[in-house]
Amino acid sequence: MAARARARLTSQSPAWHRYVGVALPPFQAFFDDHRDDVLGFLTALVGPSDADDAFQETFVAALRAYPRLRDDSNLRAWVLTIARRKAIDMARARNRRALPSDDLPEVATPPRPDKQPELWQAVGGLPERQRAAVFLRFAGDLPHRDIAAVMEASEDAVRKNVSDGLKKLKETLA
Amino acid sequence: MNLDIEKALRGAVPAPGASDDAAARFLRRAADEGLLDVAYAHVDSPLGPLLAATTEHGLVRLSYLGFRDEDATLQKLADDVSPRILQAPAKLDPVRRELDEYFEGKRSRFDLAIDWSPMGDFQRRILTATAAIPFGGHASYGQVAERAGNPRAFRAAGTALGRNPIPIVIPCHRVWAAGGKLGGYTGGLERKRALLELEGALQPELG
Repeated sequence: MAARARARLTSQSPAWHRYVGVALPPFQAFFDDHRDDVLGFLTALVGPSDADDAFQETFVAALRAYPRLRDDSNLRAWVLTIARRKAIDMARARNRRALPSDDLPEVATPPRPDKQPELWQAVGGLPERQRAAVFLRFAGDLPHRDIAAVMEASEDAVRKNVSDGLKKLKETLA
Repeated sequence: MNLDIEKALRGAVPAPGASDDAAARFLRRAADEGLLDVAYAHVDSPLGPLLAATTEHGLVRLSYLGFRDEDATLQKLADDVSPRILQAPAKLDPVRRELDEYFEGKRSRFDLAIDWSPMGDFQRRILTATAAIPFGGHASYGQVAERAGNPRAFRAAGTALGRNPIPIVIPCHRVWAAGGKLGGYTGGLERKRALLELEGALQPELG
């Protein structure tokens, strides 16, 4: 039994979070809290037809990494970060030619064909960083600090992404 | 104009359940590929709804949902076993089947594997001794403590039994207080009485 107790005290242990003082909710609760948000974000990033695959990849990656999470303070920003990386990976894989930046191509179909098609068409036409920043700021209601975390960029950079994106939307929809 | 656009964007809150189909696919994949550490499901029983949870080693929890709420039960599992917990009803099919047979009076012994690993050594010995009490029989807290190798630890035995994570299957309802009194039960005394009546160890109360 002693060997077993020792074995449980490694970072590979499923209950590791207990030993480092991280209070993780059961994955099912985490999943139910964030799945609608993640699907909405991915739909805005890659369009409705690819959003489901990106959703699966996002939560599989989250589930694998979950027990070893060291910081439970912002699980929403954490899973949205994974979602954005998966969206970028997916666009890269789909677009065989190497992309020079993290930018996703424009999405062909509006993310929300049900409501305000012109608006979502216009959002889909934004460069990826602006699209993600605008979506997270307004649809996601995230503070700039969290958007910066999700986009792995500075707060100044994401503020600029948001304002540039809004400006472009205003021009498009004028 | 900017404000209108902002307002329209803010209104893009996903409808509740927008991700239900994607979620169902994810749960199937997680179960099929063995990405979870704890699978759980709801199980109906004549004693009320139960939450059953299993690991790859065996049954790790059976909780009376009327007695302890689901969130608390799952959080305890996350802390004791692993936070990688997901709903996976198919993984609990054997548990559901054996419980149904038990409550229909067609089964007097469970053949389910049990995951003992989250238990401490003392609790494991107490509950192993408890699991050996046959259907229809009963023993006292002191007898169980003695069979577990600590004859004087009957009080601690009571505590260990009160924290039995797998009632019904590990039959702590078969452990009574001294003098033929029933003692306490993890799911409330009414349930203890109902289980003992089902097993013929107690006469149904008149009236």
